[in-house]
Amino acid sequence: MIHRFANPTRFLRLADRIQPWAAGLTVVLGGAGLYFALFSSPADYQQGETVRIMYIHVPSAWMALFCYTALAAACATALIWKHPLADLAARATAPIGACFTLLALATGSLWGKPMWGTWWVWDARLTSVLILFFLYLGYMALNGAFDDPERGQKASAILALVGFINVPIIKFSVDWWNTLHQPASVIKMGGPAIHPSMLTPLLLMAFAFKAYFVWVLLMRMRGEINAMKIRAVRLRQVHAAEATSADAGAATGEAR
Amino acid sequence: MSGMETFLEMGGHAGYIWPAYGIVALVLAGLWLASRRFVRASNAELEDLNPRARRKRGSGDEA
Repeated sequence: MIHRFANPTRFLRLADRIQPWAAGLTVVLGGAGLYFALFSSPADYQQGETVRIMYIHVPSAWMALFCYTALAAACATALIWKHPLADLAARATAPIGACFTLLALATGSLWGKPMWGTWWVWDARLTSVLILFFLYLGYMALNGAFDDPERGQKASAILALVGFINVPIIKFSVDWWNTLHQPASVIKMGGPAIHPSMLTPLLLMAFAFKAYFVWVLLMRMRGEINAMKIRAVRLRQVHAAEATSADAGAATGEAR
Repeated sequence: MSGMETFLEMGGHAGYIWPAYGIVALVLAGLWLASRRFVRASNAELEDLNPRARRKRGSGDEA
């Protein structure tokens, strides 16, 4: 099963079919989510209107963790099974995850200022998410740092896998340490502790972000497959040129 | 105060809520545009490099 889509052409055909759905879902769910988030949901009794930041902050943070998990899974698949598309998937995922992590940090800061009285604190949750952001940047930098792309892939995949330890740390940081950040209220034992009027925009935005991820991921994988083919053609051209000059060298040798 | 103004005021927190939504829109749109440019540029480069690829991609028999 895992090797069924190892063929880029077969993968691209599947991507062609999925991509319009992902694009449509992003627009429809995002539009509905924004309507509920900004117009059709109540202000919080404690936080007032600033609760509306939750509808973009929380889905961004979920995506930050989701993308890193996907990145680590793709890296493991690339290292263990040498699946030809796994490395491309990892490389396509990293910038999307980095963007969502940046958004979680930025929207969190804009929510923290009016609610906590500060833009930033060096507590466990915020610091571990900042580390997540640097892990994404480190992965991307290391991946492209070698002349031989295969070495870059291997080194960055190992970094991504070692960094995965940060994901459970982020998830449980609000339970393990004292922090300003509130604990989980949606994904927890005993069901969500959040009113349906607020859960609706939250889930709509979360699914819109997920659809956006699929949409952009497929676009970027298409670009990565092209880049791989370009590298292969270039390499063939170099080999052909070397063979011709070797032939020419042999010919002059004979002539002498 | 009109309904629109009340909405834009966001209970006095407009200075936090609108920038938060703005940066999300900006970053997600920016990443989408960059990704589309990446695909188009790589498509063009591939076709320049290998004109046969266009025909092959159309028939879908590429290895």
